Amino acid sequence: MQHYVFIGLFLVVAVLFPIIAVGVAYFLRPKRPTPEKCSTYECGLETRGPTWVRFRAQYYLYALIFVVFDIEVAFLYPWAVAYNRLELFGLIEMLIFLGILVVGLAYAWRKGALEWM
Amino acid sequence: MDWIDALLIPAIKSLVVIVVLLLAFAYMTYVERKLVGRFVRRYGPNRAGPFGLLQPIADAFKAIFKEEVIPTEVDKWLYVICPGIAVAGSLIVFGVIPVGDSFMAWGRKITMVVADVNVGVLYVVAMAGLGLYGIFLGGWASNNNFSLLGALRSTAQVITYELPMGLAIASIATITGSLRFGDIIAAQKTLPLIILQPVGFLVYFISGMAEINRSPFDMPETENELVSGYSTEYGGIKFAIYFMAEYINMIVMSILVATLFLGGWQGPFAHLSPLLQLVWLVVKAAVVLFVFIWVRASIPRVRYDKWMKFGWKFLVPLGLANLAVTAVVVALVA
Repeated sequence: MQHYVFIGLFLVVAVLFPIIAVGVAYFLRPKRPTPEKCSTYECGLETRGPTWVRFRAQYYLYALIFVVFDIEVAFLYPWAVAYNRLELFGLIEMLIFLGILVVGLAYAWRKGALEWM
Repeated sequence: MDWIDALLIPAIKSLVVIVVLLLAFAYMTYVERKLVGRFVRRYGPNRAGPFGLLQPIADAFKAIFKEEVIPTEVDKWLYVICPGIAVAGSLIVFGVIPVGDSFMAWGRKITMVVADVNVGVLYVVAMAGLGLYGIFLGGWASNNNFSLLGALRSTAQVITYELPMGLAIASIATITGSLRFGDIIAAQKTLPLIILQPVGFLVYFISGMAEINRSPFDMPETENELVSGYSTEYGGIKFAIYFMAEYINMIVMSILVATLFLGGWQGPFAHLSPLLQLVWLVVKAAVVLFVFIWVRASIPRVRYDKWMKFGWKFLVPLGLANLAVTAVVVALVA
């Protein structure tokens, strides 16, 4: 547990840094806002249409496949660490697990979930 | 265990690490501009100070004194805190990476790592994902079409390339039998892992470059299609902090590659002095950083859909195959 206290301390210092930087700049910088200045820049032209809209489903698809695969990779870590102690049984079992992963990937591939349309 | 061991030393270590990382960031911008300049036959920065060496300092002052415009349309809270999330997320990763063995000072044994936790690599993978929130929410909060696109692309890209990266790390773990950085470095005493895991190294290196949004894979900020992606609406110190997060990610990634595949702080005569260990690590990381810059200067940006296809249809299967082959070979040898 001791180590995580150290990491907590590190996090505190890491978070303090941007706060200090933004704070110092807040007191030093000039502040002369005008409506023109405060409009959305985007690409230099007038902004068209709302931004916070529904976006394409492809991103969700990727996210879904990612969740599945990431959890499977997370399952692989403990196996990999304990691999030296698992002997042949561990190898065969994991090859089966990897096989299921590959079938899943092939299915997503076949269904066109990996195409960027 | 008294309060000096429990609080003072880790606090000093954290401060030292962060200050060094910030200085490294400042001069990394200089080195990159100088090198990219040379690659395309320019001089790079050469006005401020001898050889332009004071350029990063001039840039820092400029960023601090620059008027900062907060557009009226943005989601104010998220807009302000997001650069902070990004930079804190990239700094925190460094907490578990050893930069050397240990040394004695004032009768105390001081290890050259903030916290060598037993799931170090897992921690790195988890924390590297945290900085993404800074980029994604910052792009969303800007209320700007291009920023939102940049943020979405960055998310899709990072999650795609996290998979091959995780698979490469799992292949390492089958060889070393541990996720602690100390053990992984110790396992490379005779042979760096790049020799045992050449494919794993390639997979890790490419997905690493994607994770840190390095050009030619800098989809979130493609200047010629998305203006500047997620950071378009940011200016002054907040932009500087985003920039900092990006460079610190790059430095941390190079040190990770050096630690996981190139033997970390080990090298000839490294056991003689902790300073020499640090030098070895810096040299290895510098080589990796040079390759990052070299790639940026040499290769044009890839197209987004092709880049995503490459990740899913090539790197992920390659990572899986590499893991299976590694497991079989380890079983045969053992």
